[in-house]
Amino acid sequence: MRNPLRSEDAAFRFLVVSIVGAVIVVVAATINVWVGVAAAILVVGGVTWWYWTRPSPAAAPIAVEGTEPGMHHILVIANETVGGGRLRAELQRLTGGQPTQILVVAPALNSHVRHWASDEDGARAAAAERVEASVARLASAGLSVEGQVGDGEPLQAIEDALRTFGADEIVISTHPEGRSHWLEQGLVEEARRRFAVPITHVVVDLEAEDEERRA
Amino acid sequence: MAAHAEPAPHGHGEHHGPPVPHYSSRVTPAVLGMFLFIGTEIMLFGSFFTAYFFVRVVAGTPWPTPPFHLPIFVAFINTCILVTSSFTMHWALTSIKRGNAWGLRAGLLLTFLMGLTFLITQVIEYARIGFNTSDGGFATIFFCLTGLHGAHVFVGLTILAFMTVRAFRGHFSPEHHHGVEIGGIYWHFVDVMWIVVYTTVYIL
Repeated sequence: MRNPLRSEDAAFRFLVVSIVGAVIVVVAATINVWVGVAAAILVVGGVTWWYWTRPSPAAAPIAVEGTEPGMHHILVIANETVGGGRLRAELQRLTGGQPTQILVVAPALNSHVRHWASDEDGARAAAAERVEASVARLASAGLSVEGQVGDGEPLQAIEDALRTFGADEIVISTHPEGRSHWLEQGLVEEARRRFAVPITHVVVDLEAEDEERRA
Repeated sequence: MAAHAEPAPHGHGEHHGPPVPHYSSRVTPAVLGMFLFIGTEIMLFGSFFTAYFFVRVVAGTPWPTPPFHLPIFVAFINTCILVTSSFTMHWALTSIKRGNAWGLRAGLLLTFLMGLTFLITQVIEYARIGFNTSDGGFATIFFCLTGLHGAHVFVGLTILAFMTVRAFRGHFSPEHHHGVEIGGIYWHFVDVMWIVVYTTVYIL
């Protein structure tokens, strides 16, 4: 949704839109009262729909300060797949022996109702558990890794993390196609559009990994 | 016996003091504040427009009730002045973004003067309109809606006055002009509300 009063520019455009809309309604009302009512409904509905469906303009590039120079930084966004063997293997490949700092962010996935009711404790606790387990597993594989819980919306979680962690690349870990909400929402494509950082997509099939482990 | 405060039981390494804020940056405090402001304004103007709807549509009160007349032409000129003031406001902000401090000062001063002209014209209109708030539902709603908007213009003028003084003192630069940005948003919002008020009260 685009906020019509987000900036002076946006507010000025909204004013121009309001003037044009008012002129349309007045002209329609001079023809007939009901034509005027219909025009008013169409104008208000159309403008509301436009602002509601238009995405917010891309955020300005995020300035990152305080990251350690000479160190490779990888930001990992993952949720249920955060402990997957495929992700671990991919991270080991990406580090390639160079000094690397990894930050694992698990978005605190929550329902819309709970989010708007600020009932986030359960979601954050569950995400924290996943992060802790993942950090321990990655650290045992010899990787330098830290973890944190992020916003429930994965793109926002990436943006938040980039403000304090200057990532050289981002790894997004998801379930396979057909089982991943993130893929269904076009998360990887949207992240590639929004962030000017190389993005690697890792597909982790936890069920297949479990079967392999049992076999 | 000496009084002393018992520390609350804590686990080792537990956070002391106020809880760590962890609001979502999905909605920044500034944007949330703006949404809340818009929400309150919609409710405020909405209640007055609801009264207008009931008086004019449900009760079928003639608009304007004879023998009164609304000064549509004067209000139209006033509308043009107010809308033009939004353009000068936009010019002022565009100027400071480009480093043109005199453009900012001229734009803000013109905006203030036009806003003041609008308000003075409205006061003169009230004095000469020929009816008062006690002259029926039509008159009450007319003064309430235009008066409510006039109050917003007054607040906008106060903000503009501070902005103009600050501009002449050189407080704004291409990098730092947040004070003009916020005031500009408010001024455009006031203009948008006037477009709605003028259309519904004077024209339709």
